[in-house]
Amino acid sequence: MAKVIVVTSGKGGVGKTTTAANLGAGLALLGRKVCLIDADIGLRNLDVVLGLENRIVYDLTDVVEGNCRLRQALIKDKRTDNLFLLPAAQTKEKDAVSPEQMLKLTEELREECEYIFVDCPAGIESGFKNAIAGSDEAIIVTTPEIAAVRDADRIIGLLEAAGLYDPRLIINRIRPQMVRQGDMMGIDDIIEILAIELLGIVPDDEDIIVSTNRGEPVVLDRRSQAGQAYNNIVRRLEGIDVPLMTLEEDGWLTRVKKAIMGRS
Amino acid sequence: MDFLKQLWNRDAYSSKDIAKERLRLVLVHDRVNVSPNLLEALKEDLIEVISKYMEIEETGFEVNLDKSDNQVALSANIPVKRMKRAIASTDKG
Ligand SMILES: Nc1ncnc2c1ncn2[C@@H]1O[C@H](COP(=O)(O)OP(=O)(O)O)[C@@H](O)[C@H]1O
Ligand SMILES: [Mg+2]
Repeated sequence: MAKVIVVTSGKGGVGKTTTAANLGAGLALLGRKVCLIDADIGLRNLDVVLGLENRIVYDLTDVVEGNCRLRQALIKDKRTDNLFLLPAAQTKEKDAVSPEQMLKLTEELREECEYIFVDCPAGIESGFKNAIAGSDEAIIVTTPEIAAVRDADRIIGLLEAAGLYDPRLIINRIRPQMVRQGDMMGIDDIIEILAIELLGIVPDDEDIIVSTNRGEPVVLDRRSQAGQAYNNIVRRLEGIDVPLMTLEEDGWLTRVKKAIMGRS
Repeated sequence: MDFLKQLWNRDAYSSKDIAKERLRLVLVHDRVNVSPNLLEALKEDLIEVISKYMEIEETGFEVNLDKSDNQVALSANIPVKRMKRAIASTDKG
């Protein structure tokens, strides 16, 4: 049975697109057939994060308006045979796709793929409602900041109202050193407040910026902490019981090593 | 540096705790504002319970969340018409 999972947050810039790209790429690496839908219409991003921006011919809106067939709009990933992207239209309004159209589209994709991720726009208006229409599960991304957690709480309520229960949480951009110093809310603090299931944690990691620059999801880089973090989440989605990673702060030795090796 | 900073922070309320506390309070309001029927439902349940003990004026019945700087309190204003002589058992109404 194919799963349609929406990646959402309320607040912008917390890591939805990065998460969708990495979970998709990670699952594809395990041999799953995955499709990523960029539902952030007018602000498409998933294509550049995956390094596929030069291959776009048709987009989501073309499919729902019947300008092309679904298969024609799906862009195959460079690195794996079983990862596909359905890009967002860059020139259309957020309302270009209705909830009914999204539902129909995801139903069609269920025939093709095992996992379908919907990269949701920020906000709680129509773009959000259209994006979640075809999903049966939700992943909420937050950062350890008041505003992001507050918006996550709001989104949990809205998802429930839309019949999407038990969303799972990814806490992104954790800085272990700040948590230890008492200057950043930790995992327990956030889970206590939101009272939802934790799917995973991702450290704040320069590797994500580097990999995004290159258009290669960080999950492909096994040496990076963020890559491992995403890989853990991927395996949890597959039903494997993976313990939460302990986030390491760079000790002086690592810092020297990194300086010498010139990579982060 | 780190070490000194930690020493310095030791007796102060850490910024994380401040964040958590503020978040807790703000969410009390957010959740109520988002679903006004929550207070309405609470009000109806309260009427049911209180009516076991006294007769109340349902029209003047108010439930509110009062906010001060560091806490939120649930307040209810319930006009009482008459006390019951004895506590009615639940099955008799
Ligand atoms: N764990 C992380 N460490 C460092 N940078 C991150 C991390 N997660 C996301 N970012 C960066 O934050 C920015 C916003 O991320 P993005 O995935 O586009 O968020 P959203 O889709 O929620 O708007 C991007 O520049 C991304 O590279
Ligand atoms: Mg995005």
